[in-house]
Amino acid sequence: MMRFVLWMLGALLLGGIVHLSTVLAMPETATQDAYARLSRITPVNAVVQLDGPTAQKANMPFMDPAFAVAVCRYDLSAGALKLRTPLSQAYTSVTFYTRNSVAYYAINDRAAGRRAIELDLMTPEQHAQMPEEEDVTAADRLIIESPTKHGLILLRALAPEPGLMAMARRALAGAQCRSEPTPAQ
Amino acid sequence: MRLFFGSCFTLALAAAIGLGATWLTLTRGVAFGSLTIGAWTAWPRSGSVDIDPYARATIARTGELPIGAGDGVAFYAHTDDAGEAFDGRCTFVISGMTPAARYWTLTLYDPQGRLVANTLDRHGFTSAEIVRETDGRIVINVGPRARPGNWLPSGGIERFVLVWRLYDTPIGVAALTTKEGPMPAIARKGCS
Repeated sequence: MMRFVLWMLGALLLGGIVHLSTVLAMPETATQDAYARLSRITPVNAVVQLDGPTAQKANMPFMDPAFAVAVCRYDLSAGALKLRTPLSQAYTSVTFYTRNSVAYYAINDRAAGRRAIELDLMTPEQHAQMPEEEDVTAADRLIIESPTKHGLILLRALAPEPGLMAMARRALAGAQCRSEPTPAQ
Repeated sequence: MRLFFGSCFTLALAAAIGLGATWLTLTRGVAFGSLTIGAWTAWPRSGSVDIDPYARATIARTGELPIGAGDGVAFYAHTDDAGEAFDGRCTFVISGMTPAARYWTLTLYDPQGRLVANTLDRHGFTSAEIVRETDGRIVINVGPRARPGNWLPSGGIERFVLVWRLYDTPIGVAALTTKEGPMPAIARKGCS
């Protein structure tokens, strides 16, 4: 009896380890996460608008149908990224995700400047390598550090009424993200 | 021999316990730091780098992108205030004042996060298009049959989920308090 209880305890302990390790390994091993889904339809370092979700088809689950959505799938290995998106009339937001769908930064039109959201995205190493003078003169530039080299930027513009979806899409059509190769040193 | 059977039994049981617990937590959407107001629950931390491992694993599996903390917060409801599960054959009434936010949207999904087909092609409301009562309250009927006023068709599906997204809101950003609420009440009003 005692032996059986010990075996059971061992099983529980091992089961706990299996549980924790599978949960922790899931983000690295998932094949259907948002990045994988969007990789099939988006080029690297360019803005692409996504089709609005319908009952038959959606790029991701739980998308808000009231928003026009554009994606910039980025790769910072060649250098920093410049992002610019005009603001729509209603509400515009930009959210940054790591390769594993962790939202590490988000900004909306109220927090941004007058008529556009303008940002520089770079890795902490690239930020550290920036010449200091440039850092000072660019004080009004918003610099975001990406924890990973690859990731997703989601640009979203609200259509407060269904009839305004075209307006929201037009605003996002002017969005740009492009890689700025670091000059060789 | 006994040792051999013992270890086999232990390993098999360990695998069953571990994988079973993982499957359960990921399909039920277990996450820490939830903020519950009435029937509505949000996980504000899931939109930031403070996201916990369970929520990370869940979004990796489903493929969704959580709403960023600087963008807004999403409240999910699977039941009414009395705890009755959302059934597409019943009519539910959402009523009350809406919380402080620059914009909000209310959307109806099936449990997998897909929109539900209906003849009106209506999947939700935004704060700009909703028709309010004279005192500023909102009343939304969620059900299979057309209703006067704000009608959100549920398409008659067995189970549905409502998601209330607040954009540019103080809720959940500064602290996990329910003071900024209240969220609208949900009550069942008969089934067909």
